[in-house]
Amino acid sequence: MPGAGDRGGVKRKPKNAKRTLLRIIKYMAVYKWVVVGLVIVAFLSNIGNLLGPQLAGEAIGVVEEGFKQGVGKIDLDRVTHYAILMLVFYVGSTLLSFLVGIGMARVGRRIANHMRRDVFHKLMVMPVSYFDRNQAGDIISRVSYDVDVVTMSLSSDVVQIITSFVTVVGSFIMMIIVSPPMVLCMIFIIPVSIWYTRMMSKKTRPLYSKRSAAYGTMNGFAEEMFSGQKTILAYANEDRVTENFSAINSAAAEAYKNSDGLGVTMGPTIGMINNFGLSAIGMGGAVLYLLKIVGLEQISKFVLYSRKFSGPINEISNIINEIYSALAAAERVFEFLDEPEEPEDVPDAATLTDCRGEVSVQNVDFSYVPEKPILKNVSLEAKPGQTIAIVGPTGAGKTTIINLLMRFYDVNSGSIYVDGLEHREYTLASLRRSYAMVLQDTWVFNGTIFDNIAYGKENATEEEVVAAAKAAMIHGYIMRLPQGYKTVISEDGGNISKGQKQLLTIARAMLYNTSMLILDEATSNVDTTTERQVQAAIRGLMRGKTSFVIAHRLSTVQNADRILVVDHGEVIEQGTHAELMDQKGFYYKLYASQYE
Amino acid sequence: MKLIFRYLGRYKHLVLITMIMKLAGTVVELLLPTIFEHIIDHVVPEGKLVPVLLWGLGMFLTAILCRELNVRANRRAIDNAHKVSYDVRQDLFKKTVNLSGAQFDAFGLPSIISRMTSDSYNVQSAAQQLQLMCIRAPMMLIGGIIVSLLMDARLALIMVIMLPLLIAIILGVSARGLPLYAKVQKKLDVVVRVMRENITGIRVVKALSKSDYETRRFAGVNEDMTKSDITATTVMAIPGPFMQMCLNTGLALVVVIGAGRVNRGEMDPGVILAFLTYFNMVTMGVMGLSRIFMTMSRASASANRIAAVIDADTDLHVLTEEEAKKPSGEGFIRFENVDFSYGEDSADTSGFAGEAREKALSNISFTVKKGESLGIIGPTGCGKTTIINLLMRFYDATEGGVFVDGRDVRTYEKDELRRRFGTVFQNDVVFQDTLRENISFGREVTEEDILSAVRDAQAAEFIAGLPDGLEHEAAIKGANLSGGQKQRIFVSRALAAKPEILVLDDSSSALDYKTDASMRRAIAENHTDSTIIMIAQRVSSVMNMTKILVLDNGKCIGYGTHEELMRTCKPYQDTFKVQMGEIE
Repeated sequence: MPGAGDRGGVKRKPKNAKRTLLRIIKYMAVYKWVVVGLVIVAFLSNIGNLLGPQLAGEAIGVVEEGFKQGVGKIDLDRVTHYAILMLVFYVGSTLLSFLVGIGMARVGRRIANHMRRDVFHKLMVMPVSYFDRNQAGDIISRVSYDVDVVTMSLSSDVVQIITSFVTVVGSFIMMIIVSPPMVLCMIFIIPVSIWYTRMMSKKTRPLYSKRSAAYGTMNGFAEEMFSGQKTILAYANEDRVTENFSAINSAAAEAYKNSDGLGVTMGPTIGMINNFGLSAIGMGGAVLYLLKIVGLEQISKFVLYSRKFSGPINEISNIINEIYSALAAAERVFEFLDEPEEPEDVPDAATLTDCRGEVSVQNVDFSYVPEKPILKNVSLEAKPGQTIAIVGPTGAGKTTIINLLMRFYDVNSGSIYVDGLEHREYTLASLRRSYAMVLQDTWVFNGTIFDNIAYGKENATEEEVVAAAKAAMIHGYIMRLPQGYKTVISEDGGNISKGQKQLLTIARAMLYNTSMLILDEATSNVDTTTERQVQAAIRGLMRGKTSFVIAHRLSTVQNADRILVVDHGEVIEQGTHAELMDQKGFYYKLYASQYE
Repeated sequence: MKLIFRYLGRYKHLVLITMIMKLAGTVVELLLPTIFEHIIDHVVPEGKLVPVLLWGLGMFLTAILCRELNVRANRRAIDNAHKVSYDVRQDLFKKTVNLSGAQFDAFGLPSIISRMTSDSYNVQSAAQQLQLMCIRAPMMLIGGIIVSLLMDARLALIMVIMLPLLIAIILGVSARGLPLYAKVQKKLDVVVRVMRENITGIRVVKALSKSDYETRRFAGVNEDMTKSDITATTVMAIPGPFMQMCLNTGLALVVVIGAGRVNRGEMDPGVILAFLTYFNMVTMGVMGLSRIFMTMSRASASANRIAAVIDADTDLHVLTEEEAKKPSGEGFIRFENVDFSYGEDSADTSGFAGEAREKALSNISFTVKKGESLGIIGPTGCGKTTIINLLMRFYDATEGGVFVDGRDVRTYEKDELRRRFGTVFQNDVVFQDTLRENISFGREVTEEDILSAVRDAQAAEFIAGLPDGLEHEAAIKGANLSGGQKQRIFVSRALAAKPEILVLDDSSSALDYKTDASMRRAIAENHTDSTIIMIAQRVSSVMNMTKILVLDNGKCIGYGTHEELMRTCKPYQDTFKVQMGEIE
């Protein structure tokens, strides 16, 4: 049972914040005009927001003016005039900021959509071996959690940072104009803030990366355990698994505590540095006033701008940790997107169309892990339309041969020819499209039975689907379901047995018209009576196709044109059923053992 | 939402300390500008250096105090939130592994996974923010209102009249936001599901060249989720600006009405100015409040989803002896007139609900004595596995009684019942761990037990051939093992603890005949104490069992020894002949 240790074992590359940022910006570039527009709108909205109080001031000025002249002397029309203007600016600015809010939310969600799409697309071009090494839950958490973190940050932080930046720079310039000596009093806060943020960034960013990774591990573990829930329950293992989860859970919670615990010190600290600046202004201002370098007027003006200057800095410092967590999350998404893909098609790869089905495997060696050879010098010839059976004890390498034919893995040495051409010379898509496959491990997706059968052939008609189901001996069962072909089934649902899934998969393959067929223990969980009935349909399916059949029930392979007996990764016997029986070798023994 | 409070409540003292600290921090934070204003407005014009320096120093110190308080409060909030999120996830996990089959089917694995990640994360953020955000906004709101009421009650009325409206908007919109966010999370479930399907079925997708189709399918669900998300955020973006607009209108009214009152000599112009400041404060407060509510409505939707799992009723209650049925005869394992159908009272809302379902089992009875064995045989989908599901109480029988060791299975604590079993399921799983751990599976089994189990399961040879033997790391879902190797690991796991009852559900489908036969022989010889229930496709696998149950379409069509069935049960005879006919 897995513990809290290093699961997945993906090596983490050193992080480069700039590159990550650049890639996020690339995503935004699609919406660059929208973003630019929104920044401008946000800017206008800020101006409106600044003008509001200005106008209020004007109105109060009018009031004060009239007040000095005595009761009833206030020019109420002018006050109303300013008040209305003020209202107009405020309302305008609010509407604009609303626009920015929903605009950025939309852009953020669009980018999230884009990222999820890219992750999914990547999934499709990843080599099969990747999925044997990485927990589904971990991959999923990149889509459900990491992308979400990036989105939230993009939606709320980007515009705020850009507009704040403008305000900060603007007010700093104004401060210089008002009184350069006073700027000198507080200038120290700029390098100090920058130094502090940089230092903290170095410390916290790795912690945020750890946080994202810890969530991924946790999700991977949970997914694995939940998919094996029935086994866990059957062995009364719930408590122990929950205990194991506790370690992983607490690692995730600790990672959060470490990253965010440090992250949340930044806001108040920057705030403090800012306040230091303000008190320096107070003290420095007083000194300068005493030295008659600045007047009171200048001081109060300077103070006004220094507040405009520090306000946004405070706000940004409160979201810096959000930005770091977004960067860490984005890194995890990009890390996935950078994983090596399936080998690309060779230049000028041929497209395999109208495949005749001539397959020749020549001296193939293969191993999944370098020191453990699985196939040794395997050769086989299949003429168009022939049926090749592969038999042998379990673990002999039978399924591996299929993996190589389908190019889920590539050979270490040797070659596989299809229709006279090395099969790596074809485009991967066209090569795979030439095979139909029914596997030992069935797979159905959450959808109606109809859709599951029609999966291999888009736009399959109802007649075709029903005919396939009938041939696969599954029609009767389907019709007994209350919703018939419209019944929704799922991989995890308890409502369909493994044997029935195998029959569904056979029906699916029947609709998928190819010149080559692979049957890997296609009926291992189907009862023998049904199997016999299905055999007729399978024979029909195999007619005119080059077929590769793996089966333990040797009766199902007796009629093969050629039987390959594989043991320990080597072809040890080869021939027709009759020939092999005459040899009285390994096959003969295997055959006889069925009836012991 | 209740869920968040419930879990935060566990740490109420710590939360209280955090909030008091944040309160102090906020007060000091609000004090700072006042000090600053005082320096600028009163101390500097005096033109004396010492008081300025003293005040400046005072502000320095206050700034440090302010940071200290806020940092400590923030850290405490994180600390509390990390405890809460740990607890929530722990409970969620614990509940999930304990869900009954029917409940698990109803929630669906992808949805449970997204509850674990995305929803628990939302709850964690909310737990953190609740402690920190709930101080400042209400303080500004209430403070602003009180001060302005004291200054000029009539002018303040403008605000007081507006407030209920604003609060109604906040509450109204955040109530509408909840279902919108619930919908977003639901759509996320679908995204997760499609992804997961493609990960588990990647070979089929690639083999059938369905990448383009799947990409389109994913694009569809992805788009769906994005749209819901945009709708939810757009709706939630309304109240903030809208309230700002209301308050700004109020501000304009204050100026106009205030001017009138000044004009009539009822108040000073300075009051208007001060009023504007406090009005701004109230605005900020209300905006802050609205932000809290908006955050919370998202978190609330997630919290409800988690609560739905955690608070799901335990549907397989342990019954007392009085409530339970009594067996009407002897026998270690007894089924008495058992009926069962899947999904009838599940919360399933997919296409199944409402229709009359076919019985998976009807009127099944059999008895197995201790140390005896039962073989179950019958066509695909006839209900063989369902018998195991009922026997081990993954589901409860609709009618009739299931008894183990003279007791209704419903009277057992579920672990007490299941500890008696060693089981291999048809769709069993290898975990990403060493073979040894996969076999011992957390139980107290000796090395000897493991080795003999491995021998009996015919796994010894292939394990010995692995470079690190039992310490060999199985890949995810056992991807580095062949189908037959996996099955032998499953059988080893079932045998390792020398179970009272051994259940083998089609556990040799990927084995060659020879291995299968040797395995059965070894089990028969070395596990004579175990009561065995074996589901198989081949008559030869079950013909030596004490009793054999022949099922067809959920009904028993034959029950007895091999010899009896050969005489009385035509379908059994046929199957046997067909299978043995293969000899010729």
